[in-house]
Amino acid sequence: MLLVVGFALVLIRDLFAVAMLTGIYSLLSACFFMLQDAVDVAFTEAAVGAGITTILFLATMSQVGRTERKPKNKPWFAIGLCSLVAALLVYASFDMPDYGDPLAPVHQHVAPRYTETSPNEVGPPNMVTSVLASYRGYDTLGETGVVFTAGVGVLLLLGPGLRRRYRRDLPAPKDGKKHAE
Amino acid sequence: MFSFAMLAVLVSMIMALTRALMGPSVYDRILAVNTFGTASILFIAVLGFLTDRPEFLDIALVYALINFIGTIAVLKFFKYGSLGYSDKDGEEEEA
Repeated sequence: MLLVVGFALVLIRDLFAVAMLTGIYSLLSACFFMLQDAVDVAFTEAAVGAGITTILFLATMSQVGRTERKPKNKPWFAIGLCSLVAALLVYASFDMPDYGDPLAPVHQHVAPRYTETSPNEVGPPNMVTSVLASYRGYDTLGETGVVFTAGVGVLLLLGPGLRRRYRRDLPAPKDGKKHAE
Repeated sequence: MFSFAMLAVLVSMIMALTRALMGPSVYDRILAVNTFGTASILFIAVLGFLTDRPEFLDIALVYALINFIGTIAVLKFFKYGSLGYSDKDGEEEEA
């Protein structure tokens, strides 16, 4: 089903349908994550992918129009390259350990030390918290810095324009009618 | 019995998906996405009961809230063309 939606996303030229289909795609992948017991990842995917992103796509669409032009070039080289890389990745995945295998290398390296000593060393009963906040503290600090910088950048880019428009026309611009069929 | 329910949910998911792919009008697609969201809520709930973890029901409830808000937001956007202003007093709203 994911494959069908993916191909449809590429092929359909009506952007409204594409925005709706991306919502369906994230709901599908959220269900997929649920099947793999990654409840939190699934939840984030559903909230961000199906909720906010659809709205953002619609907002963009109201600025740039509803249909996509037909592309002129035929990207056969890119398609071939992508297929090749995909085939290589699938081939490499045969070497990976079984899903949930406790003897996999990723579970042998530092995870036992974390599970054994983190309640005494760090304190919080939730092990993920202690790994994120203490063992990988610098990593988390860097991530927070990146997110903060991105937020400040977006605000600097959009802020003045939004405020000007807000002052200029307080009543809502009613240009939504032209999208109705 | 739960596996039968799961099968039914999957079939309804596929049907909603075909409607979203074919759907001639915009409303078909919005309704298809809404139905698909409902189907995924049911999927999570049934999955919880299938794997003996009924606490998945809470997660399914939160999905229901997200789905509702998302559909309202899409419809409102479609009607007014923007989300930032409500149509009476220009009060700012957040999606």
